[in-house]
Amino acid sequence: MSDLEQFRQETRVWLQENCPEAMRQQAKGFEDIFNGGRNPEFIHPDQKLWCDRMAARGWTVPHWPREYGGGGLSKEEVRVLAQEMAAIRARPALSSFGISMLGPALLHFGSEEQKLEHLPKIVRGEIRWCQGYSEPNSGSDLASLATKAEDKGDHYVINGQKIWTSYADKSDWIFCLVRTDNSGTKHEGISFVLFDMAQEGVTTRPIKLISGSSPFCETFFDNAIADKKNLVGEEGKGWTIAKYLLTHEREMISAFGAAPKKSVGQVALDSIGADASGRLSNSILRQNIAQYQLDTMAFGATMARVGDESKAGKGLGAASSIFKYYGTELNKRRNELNLAVCGESGLGWEGEEYHQGVVSRDWLRSKGNSIEGGTSEVQLNIIAKRVLGLPDA
Amino acid sequence: MALVLNEEQVMLKESAAGFLAENATVTHLRALRDSNSERGFSDDVWNEMAQMGWAGIAIPEAFGGLGYGYTGLGLLLEQAGRNLSASPLQSTVLVAATLIGELGSSQQKEELLPAIAAGQKLISLALQEGPHHAPQQSALSATLNEGDYILSGTKLMVLDAVSAHTFIVIARTSGTPDEEQGLSAFLLDAGTAGLTVERRSLVDSRSAGALVCDNVRVPAANLLGAPGSAWVGLNRALDIANIGLASELLGVSTEVFERTIAYLQERKQFGRVIGSFQGLQHRAAELFAELELARSIVLKALHAIDDGDQELSLIASAAKAKLCEVAQRATNEAIQMHGGIGMTDEYEIGFFIKRARVVQHTFGDYNYHLDRFAQFSGF
Repeated sequence: MSDLEQFRQETRVWLQENCPEAMRQQAKGFEDIFNGGRNPEFIHPDQKLWCDRMAARGWTVPHWPREYGGGGLSKEEVRVLAQEMAAIRARPALSSFGISMLGPALLHFGSEEQKLEHLPKIVRGEIRWCQGYSEPNSGSDLASLATKAEDKGDHYVINGQKIWTSYADKSDWIFCLVRTDNSGTKHEGISFVLFDMAQEGVTTRPIKLISGSSPFCETFFDNAIADKKNLVGEEGKGWTIAKYLLTHEREMISAFGAAPKKSVGQVALDSIGADASGRLSNSILRQNIAQYQLDTMAFGATMARVGDESKAGKGLGAASSIFKYYGTELNKRRNELNLAVCGESGLGWEGEEYHQGVVSRDWLRSKGNSIEGGTSEVQLNIIAKRVLGLPDA
Repeated sequence: MALVLNEEQVMLKESAAGFLAENATVTHLRALRDSNSERGFSDDVWNEMAQMGWAGIAIPEAFGGLGYGYTGLGLLLEQAGRNLSASPLQSTVLVAATLIGELGSSQQKEELLPAIAAGQKLISLALQEGPHHAPQQSALSATLNEGDYILSGTKLMVLDAVSAHTFIVIARTSGTPDEEQGLSAFLLDAGTAGLTVERRSLVDSRSAGALVCDNVRVPAANLLGAPGSAWVGLNRALDIANIGLASELLGVSTEVFERTIAYLQERKQFGRVIGSFQGLQHRAAELFAELELARSIVLKALHAIDDGDQELSLIASAAKAKLCEVAQRATNEAIQMHGGIGMTDEYEIGFFIKRARVVQHTFGDYNYHLDRFAQFSGF
């Protein structure tokens, strides 16, 4: 038996013995997956058990190195673990911005001390992180950010305001872009710092969205303190880290463009019906859905191609911008089609008659996809300038 | 199969690009057009292509081909699209050789495929009868008469009609138009009594034509496959043909796009290069994203042929529909962004839009294939 096959057998047995029954069904939504933190919200008590058992082996973040609490698994082993989890429909034990965003940045840019301090707590789900990037006057033009950090010797004093901070009201620590220097160009003088949200100088206020939910906050800093040992990278060089993470974030958001499990065409057929030839009875809607499904297929092939190319050592320039732009636009199209297919039953907030409000909330939420993480227009600017070499105005 | 080219394929692509850029460019196409070339391609160039093995690129080695598969042929067609290289690659290599491979007896394959692979024999499919692709509706009749078949009817849009040595004529031996059953494929040599070949002049400066069969007598031995059951093989050959044409459209689209970007970087108005205007930048960037999707679906479709994918019809219609859409947008934007000069015959962009539309319509356009894609998707 190969090592990998042995790993598979052992993993299968371990999962059988350790994955609680209640965790063996697909998460219904983002909120259904455990996010960790000092004041965790448990929808089901087994969430904690499942997270603790997985974290003990480092399998909440199986690809991170062992010395930082991760599972230390190879790419192949990570894939086997995912396959075995999928086989019993085990849901992820933990999902957080610490895992998806800060961790990769620390592994890339952090000091040894910072990695040892912060990464194991992310693996164990002890600290929940949020991202302090956008400001009221710095959205698409993120580098113009003004939140000020004053040097006080061994620490910074931070004043200013962030906006669109995802789950700031539920987070324990923040990774934050601050301005430590005003003398150079706007890209210079930005620093990447980490600090505790549980302090007097930090307040948060949830923002209610058009979809009715409040995943984002306004976050205010009034003489907040950040220890200097939590400056990541060099002072004034934070933009490099910010760009790295933006690229990363775009890839995550573009995953929204993936094909849904049940095709829109199939859903439409079920609710609207077919004509004598088997075609969806509304031919205009049928055409719109076909165009969407065709583009989704081509988009999926592009994700696969770029994945294969990067394995072969080649890369598509500005691939993340293409994915972010196209994936989010596709998701908006899908949601509009979903609304068309559901008709007025997609326009209510609650009740079975209105799909429990899922259709309407998803539709409204999708409008933000092409704004957050860099608008579609910003992505097109990046493609035009960096890939096509078209000059600035 | 991973969605990347292997080393052999990269070499093939590069050598094809080099050869065509030297020998079969838009300049050569213009010269063929202006000299009223009957055949619409250069025999010398075709002979050289054959010597390089291109005529047998997808034909199995057992029948004298190179056995590179359709991914290899797709790469050649893409480069032909970039250069608008005229040759019988489409009529003979892509369509006819594939159909013979699908329907022919081993004796027919042994006789015909090596001759195609050697570049000695040109064969073309005679399928279409009206202005739209509608293969089930073929009505040209073939009736049994003393052991032979008598063919009567007209075929249109026959590629390289005046050059082909032989035609594969799709005829109805039974059933009524719109039925898949009852269609048969006949090998019919040019010069057979009762057969008239008429050259037609299309916008793309390539040679196509019409066949008129006036009681043409064909021996039963010329049947390709069993009588009345050509549909499955024809359908598969058309899927493959459409994927090949999608490859050509990818080449056409990529080339016009690159030429357009170069023009945006150089043309000045209002004291600055026009490529600095955001109104044009965003359109160019959107088109770039579409071209990346187009490239992916073409490669996926080519691999689907070579891997024996069960859903080939779905993927073929997806690839053709997507490439029709992207080619239409790329060529229209090319003319608009070039402005007045793009409207002149002297400038080359016009050749691309004309070729693109002919390829788009050959074996089914965007509307045909989007409808078919939806059907195979189950709605």
